[in-house]
Amino acid sequence: MARIEVPMPQMGESIAEGTVSVWRKKVGDRVERDEPIMEISTDKVDAEIPAPTAGVLAEIVVTEGQTVEVGTVVAYIETEAGAAAAAGAPAAPSEPATVPGEIPTTLPEAATGQPELTPATSADSAPAVAPAASAQVAPAVGPSGDGGPASLEERLRTRSTPLVRRIAAEHGVDVAEVRGTGRMGRVTKEDILLYVEERKRAPAPQPAAAPAGARAPTAPPQRPAQPAPSYEGDFPWEEFFQSPQHPLVQAGPNDRVEPASRMTQIIANNMVTSRRISPHVHSYFEVDYTRIDHIRGKNRRLWEEQGVKITYTHFIAWAVARALREHPKLNASYSNHEIIYRADVNLGIAVALDNGLIVPVVRNADELSLVGLAKRVNDLATRARNKQLRPDEIQGGTFTITNPGIFGTTIGFPIINQPQVAILGVGGVEMRPAVISDEYGNHAIVPRKRGYISLGYDHRLVNGADGDQFLARVKQLMETFPDQA
Amino acid sequence: MATVMKPKPEHVRLTEQGKPVTFLEAIREGIWEEMERDERVFLLGEDIGVYGGAFKVTEGMLDHFGSLRVIDTPISEIGFTGAAAGAAHLGMRPVVEMQFIDFISCAYDIITNYIATSRYRGSGGVPMVIRGPSGGGVRGGPFHSQNPEMAFFHTPGLKIVYPSTAYDAKGLIKAAIRDDDPVLFFEHKWLYRRPQVREVLPREDYVVALGKARTHREGKDLTIVTYAATVHKSVEAAEQLEREDGLSVEILDLRTLLPLDEDAIIESVRKTNRLLVVHEDTRTGGIAGEIAMRVNEKAFEWLDAPILRVTAVDAPVPYSPPLEDYFLPQTDDIVRAARHLAAY
Repeated sequence: MARIEVPMPQMGESIAEGTVSVWRKKVGDRVERDEPIMEISTDKVDAEIPAPTAGVLAEIVVTEGQTVEVGTVVAYIETEAGAAAAAGAPAAPSEPATVPGEIPTTLPEAATGQPELTPATSADSAPAVAPAASAQVAPAVGPSGDGGPASLEERLRTRSTPLVRRIAAEHGVDVAEVRGTGRMGRVTKEDILLYVEERKRAPAPQPAAAPAGARAPTAPPQRPAQPAPSYEGDFPWEEFFQSPQHPLVQAGPNDRVEPASRMTQIIANNMVTSRRISPHVHSYFEVDYTRIDHIRGKNRRLWEEQGVKITYTHFIAWAVARALREHPKLNASYSNHEIIYRADVNLGIAVALDNGLIVPVVRNADELSLVGLAKRVNDLATRARNKQLRPDEIQGGTFTITNPGIFGTTIGFPIINQPQVAILGVGGVEMRPAVISDEYGNHAIVPRKRGYISLGYDHRLVNGADGDQFLARVKQLMETFPDQA
Repeated sequence: MATVMKPKPEHVRLTEQGKPVTFLEAIREGIWEEMERDERVFLLGEDIGVYGGAFKVTEGMLDHFGSLRVIDTPISEIGFTGAAAGAAHLGMRPVVEMQFIDFISCAYDIITNYIATSRYRGSGGVPMVIRGPSGGGVRGGPFHSQNPEMAFFHTPGLKIVYPSTAYDAKGLIKAAIRDDDPVLFFEHKWLYRRPQVREVLPREDYVVALGKARTHREGKDLTIVTYAATVHKSVEAAEQLEREDGLSVEILDLRTLLPLDEDAIIESVRKTNRLLVVHEDTRTGGIAGEIAMRVNEKAFEWLDAPILRVTAVDAPVPYSPPLEDYFLPQTDDIVRAARHLAAY
């Protein structure tokens, strides 16, 4: 999704300016790449000027009859992804100065075929391969595509150059998040060095435990009310581990090899990182779902009327949210030998996608009723699958639930979602023989709906007793689920 | 040397007198000094004796050193170049002049097949220098303006020198004469008498080592790698860029093309991260291609922009002055390419 400049081209060595004689397209028209969009005349030639990219003509800056210097932006084209968003809005005349990428490019030379400058410009503005595919990226992994960026400008924006990528890797920076001042918004060496420098200088947040008053207006301004948990400060991560390495594996002659999507790459790095940071311990409990089934049966009609389908996941989330409030150590981060107890219970719910995984976050989950929580989770999950999540909806989680049980797994032992300290895994629920005892000491083997839940926790902070007590509390809440939740 | 009988004429005593010398005078002084220093050094070429050479580089040498050491030859480049190679085999240090370097192509066979391969074939080194005026910008047309260095760049066994300053020209011609292998020495004729290139040289004997580039101008934003006349155009461009754009441009003068001082190029690229190669030679197969490849091999991760080049266009050198100006890389072309790189 990009707004591409159309500059006045240089139609010959000595030509300094050109006149727009006719606009072949009007604002809002769709244009194909290389389709003539205007005619210009200069001292030397009259020429049709092709569109530099496919998209929608978003704005005409220079009107017919106007003469401008070579290189001046005469129009903007919104590329495919951006066009969708722009289509709805009226094409109000906008201020060119406010448009991103205000640095004038030297594109015009390319148009003339000036040999020295072609490599960087016209050389190969990679055919706009499946722009839709790259546009559908999940917000979890940033604004760029999950495959290779489709167009030259997107490639420049997210991949920049070898040097910038090397600096980015050294400092653990995602190039896409740096503001670029180069061609088409490219991140230059200066841009990324400045970014790294500023990040270093940024004041380290007060790591002290946030008491109840932390969110009051008197709180120090540098600590936002709801900071997104993140790695902070100037810990030398690159010394701790060079960015995770994924060793080369030999492919066979008939194997299919394809580049990992951006999302897969990020997951790969995050999982290695989490295992390196946190010594994982796993415990698991078996939970009896009879009580939950009973409540589901009793309220099914009521919930249908409220327009919500409530599954085991929602019951579990409800129980976990409350147990977290009672066990703050599980709703925390371990930071440079300080413990950050999170003020809010923000539950991340892992959602499997066709080609990946994303964890939308239910904020203040402990304040929601079962129905409210279910609606929120369902909404987030639906939009996660439709790739419609907003960036703030995948940030700030303080604990994560993952439910592979829906695929029938008995139980899994999940990896912690850093910088959280614990994650709950849910196993499949099925009828199992269970031993039931009555108050007189009689025992019987009966079929019961049962399933396992597991907890992966960071033993730096969470000891076995903490983890097991928390898990026991979750089990207890599930087995004695209140009628009015 | 016992053979030197006559006093040194005035026109080769400028440096002795502390006076500035032109590019051409620096080369003349260098050859003269080597002939005085080593009696095995002698000259061969067309009209170099009585006439003093088409550009007067060898003026006064016949009188001073005699006709055994300054030999006018028939118009046969392959003939006198081959004769020189034979003399070199027998322990002499011949310096051959191509009246215009364009005519070196007539000796292509003896240079590439015989001279360049001699040491490898076990026939011993061929300590000789082949020198001559090269380059355009003087309205010489296609037969008197060429830059044929790359035709020989591809030939293992040769060394190629192409200086841009009077100091380097003198130090390099002396080093070339003292070298034990064949050296092609290109003298850009546009520099021969340019007042801007005049300088006062050290009075003492000095050489400039072959195979070493020189930082002509320090900078931090981008590197221009160039040689010969375009060093000076690059300086003009760098000054304009500093004035108008606040850009700090580094200029690396290769001085010797073969062997290529790869380390110096890589070092500068690692410093500035942007590389522009400028040469007056034509584009396709010019040294820019080789340099870009070496940087790609050795410093890919240090690049913050694609490598660009400013060169002559792929055509014979035109007669027509306006066409020649268009054909040659000009200061404006360098400025434009540098701006593109800086804004990349």
